[in-house]
Amino acid sequence: MNPAPTAADHPENRMSVVAAAPVALDHLAWLEAEAIHILREVAAECARPALLFSGGKDSVVLLRLAEKAFRPARFPFPLLHIDTGHNFPEVVAFRDARAAALGERLIVRTVDDSIARGSVRLRHADDSRNAAQSVTLLEAVAELKLDACIGGARRDEEKARAKERVFSFRDDFGQWDPKAQRPELWNLYNARVHPGEHVRVFPISNWTELDVWQYIARERLALPSLYYAHPRAVVRRRGLLVPVTPLTPPAPGETVETVSVRFRTVGDITCTCPVESDAGTADEIVAETVLTDITERGATRLDDRTSDASMERRKKEGYF
Amino acid sequence: MNAPVHRPQLVDRGVLRFITAGSVDDGKSTLIGRLLHDARGVYVDQLDAVRRATRDRGGVDAAPDLSLLTDGLEAEREQGITIDVAYRYFASPVRKFIIADTPGHEQYTRNMVTAASTADAAVILIDATRVRDGELLAQTRRHSVIAHLLGIRHVVVAINKIDLVDFDAGVFDRIRDAYAALAAQIGLADVRYVPVSALAGDNVVARSARMPWYAGPTLLALLEDLPASRNDAALPLRFPVQLVIRAHGDTADDYRGYAGQVAAGVLRAGARVRVLPSGEIATVAAIDTHDGALPTASAGRSVTVRLDRDLDVSRGDVLVDADATVPLARRVEARVCWLDREPLDPRRRWWLRAGTRTVQARVERVVSRLDVRTLQTSTAVDQLGLNDIGRVVLTLQQPIVADAYDAIPATGAFVLIDATTHQTAAAGMIVAPFAADTEVA
Repeated sequence: MNPAPTAADHPENRMSVVAAAPVALDHLAWLEAEAIHILREVAAECARPALLFSGGKDSVVLLRLAEKAFRPARFPFPLLHIDTGHNFPEVVAFRDARAAALGERLIVRTVDDSIARGSVRLRHADDSRNAAQSVTLLEAVAELKLDACIGGARRDEEKARAKERVFSFRDDFGQWDPKAQRPELWNLYNARVHPGEHVRVFPISNWTELDVWQYIARERLALPSLYYAHPRAVVRRRGLLVPVTPLTPPAPGETVETVSVRFRTVGDITCTCPVESDAGTADEIVAETVLTDITERGATRLDDRTSDASMERRKKEGYF
Repeated sequence: MNAPVHRPQLVDRGVLRFITAGSVDDGKSTLIGRLLHDARGVYVDQLDAVRRATRDRGGVDAAPDLSLLTDGLEAEREQGITIDVAYRYFASPVRKFIIADTPGHEQYTRNMVTAASTADAAVILIDATRVRDGELLAQTRRHSVIAHLLGIRHVVVAINKIDLVDFDAGVFDRIRDAYAALAAQIGLADVRYVPVSALAGDNVVARSARMPWYAGPTLLALLEDLPASRNDAALPLRFPVQLVIRAHGDTADDYRGYAGQVAAGVLRAGARVRVLPSGEIATVAAIDTHDGALPTASAGRSVTVRLDRDLDVSRGDVLVDADATVPLARRVEARVCWLDREPLDPRRRWWLRAGTRTVQARVERVVSRLDVRTLQTSTAVDQLGLNDIGRVVLTLQQPIVADAYDAIPATGAFVLIDATTHQTAAAGMIVAPFAADTEVA
């Protein structure tokens, strides 16, 4: 296959078209303005929202957008982290430092607490706790009486997310019913819920991974350093680079090697893999993201490979 | 996989949102798949999944079926249908695109209205093999009417499967002439035409060498050059207040600002504005953002406004130019598309949400219903059901800024939310404030 020519490459394409009117907003400014509007709608329409903050890049973007939406006032919601207990220590330290620097309240609820309560059971102690987060999250929603959870999910991440609303309704079991979503028109969001129900709100629904990195570069947002290239001990497994940690030791016969890598997503240690990279700055990552051939989750997530529909199933069960 | 095309971004034309209208048989999914694939909005692992799925469906050695790229939910894959609007993303060197992909089957009107509400443009797909004697399909007419109803300014007619009619310029010309007649009848002003083969890729992203008679741009080039969004900055000022931002500083100066997204027009520091519905006048003291104050903010921007005096301003109020004549009304006539499974029952109550204002509403009467299959309007109706489009008269508990949707879409649009079930029951577009009850500010 030949390189895809860009339509703009052809001079004759320029002849018969009307010159585009000047635009007030470039694409990042457009996305930012939309996200600020959504965050303010949550603040105005919901009684007890919380913003899910993990220390990951998408939630770091959300915090900057919240600053833009509400400063000089405090955020009208606390930050909430559902901690699997299997996070990279550096990310947890970053999370705490960021919340402290912003002067905002951070609430942490842990999968370990759910395990202690008996509401989460794992077959093996070292199993991925990614899916178990749903239980802990719904317990936190009930405990804190939340009527809205703001998250950093994007529609480009996964095909079940492509149909997600910006204000996405959850019933009193926390379930998402993809066949019975509320129609969402213009920018007129419907946040109305009955007691026990809640909405998940996704201010960066319309952003892609590239948009996120361009925004991080433009806003000079600090991130946990494992988003940038660093040497790391890994093993190659099923086409992925699996980091060697106490939770993810090498299997018999696997060779441990040190590779220059960066993480594209930062989740549960047991299912998050880095990619080979020498990109040490946000601008270099933007350049790599323009060129990349593999989706963010395809390159990095062991758990999504289980089935084509694994994200959709987890979402129906209350997952973010 | 293609070698990547990466060039420095010379110009950023912002975001263009468009819908694609047509049925699966017209090759709509294939067209979207082709657009994503050729514009490099598709990744290798997604393409691998498509190759596997193509093989699973018996297409051994076949080229990957790009229409499978747009398959979404489990139930959809099982049933071979699409249920809901899906959003797709890609970017060319000059612009970011958001496609709202609407299913072509059940509940078509509801889904297309939803997708069209945020679209700047519509790509209407016509299957060149299915147009006989210049007779367009009923669905083409239906899609075009809905696009016009929702105020979509730009239409691109993609005449597909041109390879199956031997790249015949005569077929293209006949379909273009037939559509031009339809567009004139409906009132669509800006229509462009491009002959494509979504399956083979001709004129989607890459120029076709097989249609020397067509000298115009490819589909992607057309989309790159469409005027960005609705030119809302040229309209009169509308600033719906989302919420009041208050902060208590260390000094005696408390901060009090009105946060919102400029819906239409341009907000200027130093300008006199009127607060509706109260009618009070103030001067814009500052337009604040987290990145500093702005002298002006045009439609689309999210800002925080400070006024030069203390007024009672709250969520749902609208700032307009102090000297403008703005319709405020408690009765409006509106077009609505009914979205709820439960039909419109005039005994019920709804919340009407327009801009940032929410008021209680009753349906005083149903004026007429448009049959989207026949495009006939009937006036002997007293209710609307799911997917119906009709005209109603609404009575509101409080006045709203009742702009006609065709004049100022951002403030002429509303939704009705069922007060009991909280379902979003209808999409509405104000036709006119009711004359007898109109107060002019």
